[in-house]
Order: sequence, then structure tokens, then C-alpha cells
Amino acid sequence: MKTEKKWLYGFILAALVIIAFTNPGSAFAQDNTPTDNDVNAIARQMFCPVCENTPLDVCPTEACKDWRELIRLKLTEGWTEQQIKTYFVEQYGARVLAEPPMQGLNLLMYILPPALMLAGAAFLGKAFLSMRQNAERSKISIENDKAAESAEDKYANLIEDEINKREA
Amino acid sequence: MIADFGYGIFLLSFILSIYAVFAAIYGYQTNKYTWVESSRLAMQLTFPLITITSGILVYLLVTDQYHVSFIYEVTSRSMPLYLKITSLWGGQSGSLVFWSWLMSSFATAVTFRKWDRDREFLPWVVVVSSVTLAFFVGLVIFFENPFEKFWQTFNGDVVTAMFQPAGSVPFSPPDGKGLNPLLRHPGMIIHPPMLYLGFVSFVIPFAFAIAALITGRTDDRWTRITRRWTIVAWLFLSIGLILGGRWAYDVLGWGGYWGWDPVEIAAFMPWLVGTAFLHSVMIQEKRGMFKEWNMILIILTYAMVIFGTFLTRSGVLSSVHAFAQSAIGPSFFIFIGVTLVVSTALLIYRWKDLRSEAELTSMLSREALFLLNNLLFISIYIVCFWGVLFPLISELFTGQKVTVGPPFYERATGPLFAALVVLMGIAPLSAWGHSTIKTLGKAAWKPATAAVIGLLAIIFVGKVTNIYAIIGFFAVLFTSFITLYEFWRAAYARSRAQKENLVLSLWRLFGKNRRRYGGYLIHLSIILMAVGIIGLEMFQTETQGTLAQGESLTLGEYKITYNDLAIFDSNDNRNLARATISVEKNGQFVGELHPRRDYFYESQQPMTIPGVRSTIQDDLYIILVDWQPITTEGATFKVYHNPLVNWLWWGSIMMILGSMVAAWPEKDPEPRKVSSNAALAAAD
Amino acid sequence: MQQPSAEPTGSERKGMPAAVQAVIWVLLLGLLALVAMGLKRTQQGTVQIGDKIPDFSLVFFDGYTYEGKNEVQLSDLQGKIVVINFWASWCIPCEDEAAALESAWNAYKDSGEVVFIGADYVDTEPEARKYLEKFNITFPNGPDLGTRISQMFRIKGVPETYFIDKQGVLHYIQIGPFASEDDIHTILDGMLGQ
Repeated sequence: MKTEKKWLYGFILAALVIIAFTNPGSAFAQDNTPTDNDVNAIARQMFCPVCENTPLDVCPTEACKDWRELIRLKLTEGWTEQQIKTYFVEQYGARVLAEPPMQGLNLLMYILPPALMLAGAAFLGKAFLSMRQNAERSKISIENDKAAESAEDKYANLIEDEINKREA
Repeated sequence: MIADFGYGIFLLSFILSIYAVFAAIYGYQTNKYTWVESSRLAMQLTFPLITITSGILVYLLVTDQYHVSFIYEVTSRSMPLYLKITSLWGGQSGSLVFWSWLMSSFATAVTFRKWDRDREFLPWVVVVSSVTLAFFVGLVIFFENPFEKFWQTFNGDVVTAMFQPAGSVPFSPPDGKGLNPLLRHPGMIIHPPMLYLGFVSFVIPFAFAIAALITGRTDDRWTRITRRWTIVAWLFLSIGLILGGRWAYDVLGWGGYWGWDPVEIAAFMPWLVGTAFLHSVMIQEKRGMFKEWNMILIILTYAMVIFGTFLTRSGVLSSVHAFAQSAIGPSFFIFIGVTLVVSTALLIYRWKDLRSEAELTSMLSREALFLLNNLLFISIYIVCFWGVLFPLISELFTGQKVTVGPPFYERATGPLFAALVVLMGIAPLSAWGHSTIKTLGKAAWKPATAAVIGLLAIIFVGKVTNIYAIIGFFAVLFTSFITLYEFWRAAYARSRAQKENLVLSLWRLFGKNRRRYGGYLIHLSIILMAVGIIGLEMFQTETQGTLAQGESLTLGEYKITYNDLAIFDSNDNRNLARATISVEKNGQFVGELHPRRDYFYESQQPMTIPGVRSTIQDDLYIILVDWQPITTEGATFKVYHNPLVNWLWWGSIMMILGSMVAAWPEKDPEPRKVSSNAALAAAD
Repeated sequence: MQQPSAEPTGSERKGMPAAVQAVIWVLLLGLLALVAMGLKRTQQGTVQIGDKIPDFSLVFFDGYTYEGKNEVQLSDLQGKIVVINFWASWCIPCEDEAAALESAWNAYKDSGEVVFIGADYVDTEPEARKYLEKFNITFPNGPDLGTRISQMFRIKGVPETYFIDKQGVLHYIQIGPFASEDDIHTILDGMLGQ
């Protein structure tokens, strides 16, 4: 009895070691059967309308489970990732994708934020340029500002002075 | 009976806040200060009244009065007492009452300050806070009444109404439906109040800004008065967001803390604009610049607070967080419209008074860098706003629903966040008014060298090859070294000047310029959080597999073995499926984890609770995905390895400390200014 | 102590240019209009009784036909009562009404005056087929491709059933499963009797 058990443990251990070494990603991968990880790799890029805003790979509803099984089925049939995505878009609409496809009105989605950012940057840049022209004139005002600030924050200035002394 | 009383009191506070609005305007127009004083008292009186209403609601909750429909919706007999109390904000109507209560307490607190120097602000601060309060109280009274009761009509139908319909008898269900199980988490209990506190306290700076616009007193007085409110608002909002993230991490079971869900973003947007505001007001105080910009920012912050609440509660967005669809949408919309139109009109009217007193003088001056900071924050805000709005536009114009998910936001905001981290390091080195590359370089070369050495260590010892991670780590190292160096430099200088020891100097430094050094502490905490974010975003690995009893799954250094799965009913109406998993790290047994799936009978909702082994280095995060009818035959687990994610939570605790340092009340700075020489002498 | 600084201190201070003001107002009002439209859409719920139902077409699952074709166009069904049922295999309440729907279909199909159509919402084909087989559903069924039809009806969930009269106008909406087959008969007989 005891030796039998030992033997059993040894066997399990050996099996585990073999599994662990031969296939570090998943313990259950066979040659052409897609693993859970293969399925999830695609599922995580999709959203199911039943559980909105939760990626498909982690959505616990029954509908999403069926979807993941469908991905598995299609993978078994040898479909590529892109084919599967296209199929899902046909079946359930563009909202299954994590991002709207770059076409038509959706282009606005991608163009507007960078355009606004550039506009903001240009506005800032313009302010900086005009500031350069004033550089000469403002040298005086800097001194004034420094004086104003020191009255307000005398203590901080004391420290700054000390730092400057030390580092000069 | 007592419910009717609560409703009556609430009605009274509604009337009072409306009265406060008109009394304040009348008093301002006619220069009759007694009317303004009366409006202030009316405003203050709303606080005890709404306290009574909330108290009654809590009383109804804890005493299981299920004849009141709100109580029936959010509690059940099996819930523990603390959950019954916190159910106050577990449903739409109760949370609006709670919101009103916080609003009136903050408005009251602000009216208790000394107004001698700011008499002309008072009526308008009362007007803005009272209008906001009246709006929320009005929503409760007219649309979302938590005091409505069940009545059974003679043909057997059960209806809800405030007052007894003719020919009906009171009806009381034996037990309630119980709080949504997702909300029964400590993080979720504190998360909404923190967010509401943040929202509500941003109303105060907004009220002062509007007062400044109306009265034309557009100097920096209003920002000085509200400086602390702003920091407090920012702190609460930050805590609220972080707790929300923690809740998602612990309860939603998708291995992350932030899913770029529209409702999360709705709470994030006021934070982004508020943070920009928090920084840019400092330029106004120091240099008298960007007054108009600050006005825009605070108006936008307030608008985002209301807009975010609207998005969450009106059902315009569908989301895991969304409240049930409700009738309050149109009134919310009108309120937003009126607020935006009035604020914009005021802003345009006063535009010429808001022009700068000074001009930008150097590209590397601190004000210029602050402006860059604002550009970055606002860019992130634009990405978020557009991402939330676009699905709506798409559906309206093309009839096609689209999802704007994490990839879009991550790609768009990632570089901006990295730039912000670098800027956070450089900006404190620059001087107000003028800096040059030379002065900046002189201050930065030592920390920069240290950062490069650290980075090389990370690349060669840590074997990090991901280019984005390398950029991220450089930003983090550079900025943290600079910030620490700043502390050291100032403490060292002070200890030399004052002949104290270094620790004491550091301590006194905090006391002398709380806002600056509190701010630096917050910066350091952001760095810690950034480390956690980089860890999770760039180094998270995952695997999933179905295991029979005794089988194992490996992920990196970890090996997990499925031991057992127990399925049983708990005494609080749940069905639990709880797995036992033993975890080995590098062949060493390190403990057992229990991922589980709870099924709540009352609400027919499942909840996935991960088993997490959390260390400073990494988290091992296991989710029970599924199991076979005979559980020993197989159960499916999803395993995440989340490096460094704990830094995020520790960073947030440090952030709270830093904010407290920055916002800690000091003596009114103005009187001291007069005798600053004397104070300085005393300090020596 | 401090003077309110309402008076502009310098003549160089300018107000906001009118063009900029105009742009701001246009943007602001545009944004508000957009949100208003979104809000209206959420508030309006499903299509309403009395609405004329726009045309749509549905391609059936393999093995299902209507009048010999594997596709149906609503406009071709003028003069007939159309019962469109939204369902899904993962929807448990749908199972409660599946048998009743099939049995009602069998009662009316020979009259030629009533057409039942099943629209399968957000479902996978293998699961859907299992479901159809399990309940022996014979009336034409097809996937709601791209959720176009369900979006047009603005359904709130499944099951939902819409009764369209002979003029193509919505007559009755059933949210949730039918309690019994009798309910379906009552509605249809009422419509036929008109």
C-alpha cells in the first residue's frame, strides 16, 4: 500500500515535470487544439455587447463563454486571428472591436485629439516666440519680480541663497 | 409616518436653499447686508435639516422598514449593520440625499469663515452653492424620492407613491432585495463618499470663481481663499479614484485596476482638469498670469463634476457602474446647460479684466513649464472626453454602436503621462520668471547621472528589454532622484544655515513651506504609483488552463496546483464555489490561495473573487473561471502575474500624507506677512 | 482693505474678439445639442406602438426558409401580421416561451395571414442551432447580423416580441417571456379580428 502510494506520487511528479518542461504556457496544449491562452489572446481584444465595457476574455456571462467557445472552434478550423475578428464584426457589429475601425466617421475619432493637441502646442509655441521678442524688455521686470517674490517668500529665498552660495 | 416627516424636512431645506438664492441676490443688488446675512443663515440651516433627513433614512435602513421602496431595493435582513448604513449611497435616490448632505455641510463650512475682507464675495458664494444644493435636493424631491412607500390597491396591484392612493392599503414586503453584491466591498463602501466629497469640494472654488467674475474682483484673492479647498477636493477625488481601482482589482476579477470604462473616465475627467487647475493657480498667485486660463479650468472642473454625475446617472452611457435608467436625465441636462452658458457668458464679459499682469519671459521658466503641464493634462482630458463622447456621436450619425476601449486610451495617453512624469522632475528645478538651460542643467546633472546608472542597472541586471518600459523607468528614476535631491539640498542648506541636524531641518522644512514640500511628497507618491502602473501595464503575464485535481499550471516562476473545490451555501444567502490552490515559487511552497465564485440568490448575480498573493515584488492573482459538474475532474483557472502592482497602493497612501502636509491649516498667512522679518528672527 | 479691481487699469486690455466668442458659443451649443440628442435616444426606449416599422431583411439559418427563400424582407410581408421574436440561446427566460411560440406558429401558419420570425440576438451559431433543435423550432429563424434589427427596435433585452400589423405598424410589444400560449393567441386573434 505504502509503496504503491509512493509510486503514484512519483508518477504524478514526473508527469508534472514533463508537462512543465514541455509546455510552459499551458498544461493542456496539444498539437492542433487551441489552448485557453490562444483563445484569450484574441478574446481580450474584443468586447461583447452583453457585458459592456468588459473585455471578452474576462467576462463571466454565459453569452461570452459561448463566444470564447466559438473562437476556439474557429481556431480549430484553422482560421486566422484577422478572419475571426472580421467574422465577429459581421455577426455582431463593429462594437465588438476594442477600437472603432479606421474608416468613415470613425477617422474623426483618431484625428481630433491629436489635432487639438497640436493646436494647443502651437498656441503655446506662439506664446513662447512672442516672449522671446520681449526678452530684453523683461529683464528689468524679472528683477522686480524677484524682489516681489522675496518679500513674499523670504524664508525660501534664504535657503535658495544658501544653496547658491554653496554651489557657486 | 417618520418617512413623511423626513420628506417634509427635506422639502423645507429645498425651500430654504431657494430662498437663500433670492435673498442673496436681492441683498447684493440693493446693498442691504441683512438680506445677505439672512441668506447665509438660510444656507447654514439646510445642514441640520438635511442631517435630520439623512438620519431618518439611515434609521429606516437599519430598522428594516421594507414598506419604503428605497429600503426594499437596497437592503435585506441578512445584511450586517454597517452595510445597512452604507446602503444609503447604494442606490440612486439615497446617494442623491447623501450628496446633498455633503454639499450642504461644505457650503455651511465655507460660510462660517471670516468674511470681513471678502464681503462682496459672500452673496455669490451663497448663490452658487445654494443653486447647486437646490438642484440636487430638487432631484430627490421631484424625481427620485427615497421615502416613497408601497401601497396595495384593491385589485391587488402594488404601487409606489409618497401619499396613500385612494382605496389602497399599506403594503410591506417581508424582506428586501439586498444591496448589489458588487457593492459589498470595503473599497466600494468608501469609494462613493470619497468621490462625492471630491466633487462637492470642487464646488467651493467654483463658487468663489463665479463670485469673482460677477463682482469683478478678479485678482488672486479668490484663488488664495480656495487654495486649501482645492487641495482637499483633489485629495478626496484621488482617493475615490484609487479606491475604485482597488475595488475593481479585488472584486471584478479582470486582473487590473482600471478598465477605461466610460464611468471611470467620467470621474477621472474632473480630476484631470482639477489637477491642471491646482498647478496653474500657483502661477496666478506668484506671477499674476493666466487668470483667464484659471477661470476656464475651474469652470471646466465644475462642469465635469456635474457632467460626470449626469453621465453616470442618466443612463446615457451604459456601463457596469451605471445606475438604473432614470427620469433625472433631462433636468440634469438643463442644469448643465444653464451652468455652462452662464459661466461662459460671465467669462466672456470679464475677459478683458482677466488679462495677465506679467508676460512669459523664458521658455524654461517655471510658469512656462507649468503651462506645459497644463497642456499635457488638458490633452489627456481631451482624449478622455472625446473617447467617452464618440460612441454617442457614432450612434447618432451612423446608427452604429462602437466601443472605445483600453487600446485607444493607452496609446493616446501613455506618452502624455510619461512626459508629465519627466516634467514633474524638471519643473521644480526651474525658477519663477527666468531659467536657462545652464541653470537647469546645473541643478539636474547629478540626479540625471544617477538615473542613467539606475537605468543601466535595470536594463542589465533586471534584463528589461521593452523600450516603452525603459523610457518609463528612466522618467521615474530621473524624477524621483531630482525630487529627493531637492529635499536633500534644501535640508542640507538649512541645517548649515541654522546649525541643526539634518533630520530636524527636513522636518522644519515641511513646516515652513507646506505646500511646496507637500507637493513634492505627492510627486514622489505619483512616482511610486507610476512604478506600479508600469509593472502591471508592461510586464503583466497570464495563462489559463483547465486542471483536474492534483494537476498544475506554471506561469513564470510560479507553479499552482489545484487541490480542491468546495461548493456550499453560506448563511447570508450566497452560494460559494471556493477552490484551494497551492502555490509554489521556484519549487518552494509559498502558501495556499482561494479564488472563488459567489452567487447571490437575492440578486441572481455572480461575483468573481480572485485569490491574490501580494508582495512588494509582484502579485499572483488567480481567478476561478469555471468548473466541471464533478469538480475533481476539472476546474478552469486564469492566472495573472502582476509585477510591482503593490507600489500603486503604497504610493497612494503616501499621496494622502503628502496632500495632508500641503493642505494642513496654517495661521492666516496675510497678517504674518507684515511681520515676516520678526517671524524670521524668531525662527533663528 | 483691498480694492475691487473692476475697473480696467490699462487701455491695452482688450475683450475677447467677436469671432472667438462666436466659435465658443457654436462649440458649446453644439456639444449641448449632441448630449441632448443622446439623452433623447436613451429616454425614448423601444420603438413605440403605432410606429411604422422601417424595412429590414433577415437571412435565416441553414435549413430554414420562408416561401422557399432563405431570406425575408419586411416589405414583402405587407398584408400579413408579422411577429418578430428576439431571443438568444444563453437567455434562460427565452426557454420558457420557446415551446409556446412554436405551438402558436403551428396554429397560425396554415392561415397564411401570420408570419413568425425569430431574430437571434448576440449568439453563436452552434449554440443557437442546439437551442432551435432542443425546442423543435420550425418558424424561420436567423441571426440578427451586426445587431442591426435589434438596434432598430432599440430592444432592451431578450426575450422581446413585437407584433406588426398588416399595414406594417407596430401593434403590440411583449417585454419578457409570454406567460402562456394563450397570451399569444389573444393578441393575434385581436389583431386578426380588426
